[in-house]
Order: sequence, then C-alpha cells, then structure tokens
Amino acid sequence: MSPAYVLKRIALICYTLFVVSLIVFAITQILPADAAVMLLGENATQEALAAVRERLGLDAPLWQQYLHWLGGVVQGDFGTSMRTGQPVGPALFEALGRSLLLALFSILLMLALALPLGIVAAIRRGRIADLVVGVISYIGVSLPEFVTATLLVLVLADWLQWLPATGYVPLTENFGRGLLHLVLPVLTVSLILIAHVSRMVRSELVDVLHTDYIRAARLKGLSNRTVLFKHGLRNALLPTITIVALDIGYLLGGVIVVEEIFALPGIGRQLIVAIQSRDLPSVQAGALIMATTYAIANFLADIAYAWLDRRIQYD
Amino acid sequence: MTETFRRMLRSPQGALGLLIVGLILLVVILGPALAPYNPDTMAPLQRYKPPSAQFWLGTDQYGRDILSRLLNGARATVVLALIATGLGTLAGAMIGTVSAYLGGRADEAIMRTIDAVMSIPSLLMALLIVNLLGKSSLNAVLAIAIAFTPGMARVTRSVALAVRKQDYVNAAIARGESAGFIVWREMLPNVVAPIIVEMTIRVAFAVMLFATLSFLGLGAQPPASEWGLMVAEARRFMHLSPWMILWPSLAVALVAIGFNLLGDGLRDVLNPRT
Repeated sequence: MSPAYVLKRIALICYTLFVVSLIVFAITQILPADAAVMLLGENATQEALAAVRERLGLDAPLWQQYLHWLGGVVQGDFGTSMRTGQPVGPALFEALGRSLLLALFSILLMLALALPLGIVAAIRRGRIADLVVGVISYIGVSLPEFVTATLLVLVLADWLQWLPATGYVPLTENFGRGLLHLVLPVLTVSLILIAHVSRMVRSELVDVLHTDYIRAARLKGLSNRTVLFKHGLRNALLPTITIVALDIGYLLGGVIVVEEIFALPGIGRQLIVAIQSRDLPSVQAGALIMATTYAIANFLADIAYAWLDRRIQYD
Repeated sequence: MTETFRRMLRSPQGALGLLIVGLILLVVILGPALAPYNPDTMAPLQRYKPPSAQFWLGTDQYGRDILSRLLNGARATVVLALIATGLGTLAGAMIGTVSAYLGGRADEAIMRTIDAVMSIPSLLMALLIVNLLGKSSLNAVLAIAIAFTPGMARVTRSVALAVRKQDYVNAAIARGESAGFIVWREMLPNVVAPIIVEMTIRVAFAVMLFATLSFLGLGAQPPASEWGLMVAEARRFMHLSPWMILWPSLAVALVAIGFNLLGDGLRDVLNPRT
C-alpha cells in the first residue's frame, strides 16, 4: 500500500464529504415551507417574520447561507435546534454514541454467526445444511426491519415475556437491564446483516475452493482443515471486508427504523423526530453525521483491504 | 424470450420466484375484484375479530376486513414500488451509459460524484427527499427513484465499459455516428440484460423501502390500505390482536422474497458468469 494511495483516498473522502454537505444543504434548505413561518406560526406579523429571517440568515443568498452553515460545521457548530433551542451538535453526538453501540453489537453478533454459517454452507454445498442456510438468509434479506422487529417483539416480548419490548436504559446506569433492552434492537439489525454476509462468505468460499491452488494444496496431502482455514478462508474473506463496509450503509438506514420502533434514543430516532417537527438544523446535522460515519467506514475498509491484499495497486 | 422462461423454470429459485411474482401480479390486477368486502367499510360490531370463516384474516380496529384491505393494498404497495424502481433504473442507466461512453476525466468525475452520493444511505436519502417534497405516496415513489439512481448508474457503467470496448461501438464511432446514436442504439441495448437482473432484485428492496416509509408515516397516508401503513396502524393493537400486524408484515415479506428469488433466477440464466 503506497502513501500515494492513502493520500488519494483521503482526497476522495474530502470530495465525498463536500458533495454530501452540498446535497444535504440543497435538499433541506429548498423547503417548500418558510422556516420563519414554521417557527412563529401562521399568525405572526410581517415584522416578526422579517426579524426571524434575518436572525436565521434566511434573507441572504443561498450560497452565502451554505458557506455560513459549512463554516460553522467545520468548527463543530451545527446551529441551534428550532425545536428545543439548544445547540444541535452535542445532543446529536450523544445520540450517535448510542447508535454506534447498537451497530457495534450488531456487527459482533453478525461476525459470530455469519462466518460459521457461510463456511458450513460452502463445505456442505448442495446438501441440507446449505439449503437451510440459504433459506434462512433469503428470508433475512427479504424482511424489512420493521417486519423483523414486529415478529421478534410478538414472540420474545409479548408471548414469551423474556425481553422488554421498547425503551432504553444507559449501560452506565444499569448494565444488566441496559443490555436486556438492547437485545431486540441488536437481533433485528443483525438479522439482515447475517443473511447478507453469510451468503457472501458462502459464494466467495465456493469460488475459492474451486481454484487451482486449493487443488494443489489438497494434492500435496494437506489436511482438510489446513486447506480450508489457511488457504481457502483467507482469500474468501478479503472481498467480504468490502461487503461488510458497504453493509454499514444498510446498517445506518436500518438503525433509523429500529431505533424508532424500540424507542432507542439514537441518531436515527433524533432524525425522525427532527424531520417530523421540521427542525431544519437538526435534520441537516443528523444527515451529515450519518453520511460522514458511512464515508469513514468505507474509507477504513478500503485501507484495510489494500493493507491485507498487497496485490492491489491502485494508480 | 421463451428460452429464458424455460431455463428459469428449471432452477428451483427461478421457478419459485416466477410462481410468487405471478401470484402477486394476479392479486395486483384482480385484487379488488377478489376481495370479499369493501376495504374501507367500517363495521363497529365486527371490530377486533380474530381470523374466522367469515373474516379469513380477521378484522381491524374499525371492523374492516383485513383480507380485503390486503388485496386492495397490493396495488398501492407493489405497483408504486415497480414504478419507483423503473424510474430509478432509467435515470441510472442513462447516467451510467453516458459516463462509460465519455470515458476519461468526465467518467472519473461522474463516478466519484456518484460514489459520494452513495455514501448517503438510501433510506436516509429517501427520508430527506420526502422531507423536502412533503409526505405522500407519489413523493415516496420519487424519493425511492432518486435514492436508487446512483447505484443503478454504477452497475450500468461497469457493464457499459465492457460494451464500450466492443468492435461494433468502435465501428459506429469510425462511421462518424453521433454520440446520442451510439449511446442509445449501440450501447444501451447491450447493457439491458444485467440491468434487468439488478432491477428485479431492486424491486424487492423498493417494496421494503416504500413500506418502511409508509410505516414511518412518510409515505402512503390513512385510510390507504398500503401494507407498511397497515403494520404501523396495527402496532398499537398487537398485544391483543396480533393477527392485525402479522398479515401485512408477511405480505411485504412475501413480495420481497418473490422478487429476490426471481432476480437470482434471472441472474443465473442471463449472466451465468457472476
């Protein structure tokens, strides 16, 4: 991995963030409704409206508004929430922390289950185990998060009464109960990931097991275990890293729905609340933070991939 | 065409996918005619009825027959998802093909921008656009189409790049054909097969996305019998009347599974390499 490659990726991520900020600003600022009217209500006087517009900088040309907003964002100032009157940044980053916790647990669970499932399916290709894994992953990929969540709540919380249906308890406050509240959201989010990644691992491994070097390793008389783990899996897992990084996009989208359903106060829930109450600065900041998280995850995955697979030479 | 069809039927995925999607399309066309009751008629005496011989799938909080609502809602759910995918695919295919045709710096600039746009998760993108346009089914369709465009552009471009190198495209350039002619008549027809595969799989995703938007209250609005909306409305009653939330959930899942199977079956038949 050459320094030039890393530099190029860093330049790309800067460009990505620039485009994202432009899109987010464009989509949110060209609202059909007037932000000043939204803030003061329909009956506000013209003078009051004009004053608010001036305070929010809404009377300036769009490009000036954009530069002003971007300038603030770069310095960590995301503006003031129209709903609460509080600065947007701190509240959203606190929420992001809770979302990342949910994402982290989901990825860990996914890795713990998807790899073995994919490997078993690949080794037992065409047998019952393969079919079972295939059917499960099909169902997992095809269930929207709100359906999975509904079914899980129905069975685990409602009928069996094993888990709390909604709500959130900080881990620092009560670790056990906090974890218990996280189980259903984590299960919901990870199901789709497990389904996707186990399918990916299976198909990569099946391809790898048909290559000449695997045949050579077998002909050398190496044990099945050595062939599979030292020769096969290593090469099959490389493309999987990219898939996992791309799945973080799904994950962030999924987190929005899952947090809404389970009343988990993460960034997705904040975003929905902001959208429903038309709280412009919060929508902008929330969207920007989520997209940035995704862009950084992709960047790290690319770097890891290039580092692990020295054959890759991007120019 | 018939050959493709026959080969689809030979793989278990393709056959099952064709069967499910065929059934769904039948429901889309005939749904309202098959429904035993009016989907919007409220019957105060028949509220919260569990599934029975009279109401096969039970009734909801207003005494409306759930089977009738599902049959009627198929149009709202499936057709709109199809339209959204079609629009997104069309826009993406145009951008991807043009980008591959231009090549060089223009291609690089377009693709880096597409990559940047794709770092906004599609649900988030759809939410932002609905936020801009206002909540309604039509806006949700537009939002999904726009959210799908960059992904389709990327897929199309990678296929189109391979086509771009073919001799018949070089021949057309040598003949002095216009750029529009080359993109439309020489390149697009040859990138269609992989795009159709990608599109079929995306329909599954569009159904899920559309239902999710409605579920969040940002797509179809009451009293529509869109399935995601039905799930959202039934949530309050799920403890006592779980069937109300179960059926529309399963309906969404079935449609998504059907289109996923069909897409995978098509992929095996149309481009066996991947």
